[in-house]
Amino acid sequence: MSLCEGLVQTLESQAAAQHFSKVHKVWLEIGALATIEPEAMKFNFPIVARGTLAEGAELVTELVDGEAWCLQCSTRVAVRRHGDGCPNCGSYQLQILEGQQMRVKQLEVS
Amino acid sequence: MVQVEQDIMSANQRHADVNRRVFAGRGIFVINLVSSPGSGKTTLLVKTIEALKGEFPIGVIEGDQQTGLDADRIAATGAPAYQINTGKGCHLDAHGVGHALEHLPDLRGGLLFIENVGNLVCPAGFDLGEAHKVVVLSTTEGEDKPLKYPDMFYASDLMLLNKADLLPYLDFSVETAQGFARQVHPGMECLTLSARSGEGMEAWLEWLRQGVTAASATAKPKVLLSEGT
Repeated sequence: MSLCEGLVQTLESQAAAQHFSKVHKVWLEIGALATIEPEAMKFNFPIVARGTLAEGAELVTELVDGEAWCLQCSTRVAVRRHGDGCPNCGSYQLQILEGQQMRVKQLEVS
Repeated sequence: MVQVEQDIMSANQRHADVNRRVFAGRGIFVINLVSSPGSGKTTLLVKTIEALKGEFPIGVIEGDQQTGLDADRIAATGAPAYQINTGKGCHLDAHGVGHALEHLPDLRGGLLFIENVGNLVCPAGFDLGEAHKVVVLSTTEGEDKPLKYPDMFYASDLMLLNKADLLPYLDFSVETAQGFARQVHPGMECLTLSARSGEGMEAWLEWLRQGVTAASATAKPKVLLSEGT
């Protein structure tokens, strides 16, 4: 719920900066290691958006893999969740590089 | 159609960055204490404060959905405590912590504990400006908690395994729990202790003392407005 509030705040600040007053569609990129559940986001967004510039807007979520550096086999690898081993060598000695983002990518506005 | 590229956590992050600058300027070592409800966070804090008071200033920000009970327990040690009630909220955020600071005395060169809402999920995602998240796991919970709630154990730099005095009565393997924690977070520091019996507490107190010493080295001298007048 508070993440949806963060999303609406982001939309409001973008509206002021990029001069629009209504949001119709939101593309949100979610890293696999972000502390967020896309389905919960989709459920809560219309509720939080009620009475704001994003009322009735469609939310499109795109889940992207995280990335890590495997200290064992010295390769950049994809990770889908914390605690999973390296897909190449199975080692857990992974240094997470990316995957915690929850980023608004693109908006359809008027 | 407009391009954005903005993280929806950026508002919390801005507040967390401000908090972190304030803490660095005052040389305060800040710990965000996280765990599930009932792991013994508040008892651990009470014992920790009793052991360290007199060495440097210590303050506590308490987060709970309701009641001021935890702040009352802390206040009984003589340390200043401020309670944030999150209502229906499941975590503290950086904005609330920033305002809570206004209710605490200057802890320059000291230690601030932020006891988060008992919850192994949501607090993982919210930076409060702390130096470290420290996760408390108690031996009466499962060893597999780090695998079940990996985000929290990844976000935390130190795991305290509390209620070690109960180990003789439980089928809890310290090695297994630490192994799971390090599977999620390679190289994670782990300490085993009992706030109730006091065993293992000294290593934790020493870890805190070292953090306070390092943090206080960054403190900027307090500007006295009356100086030179």
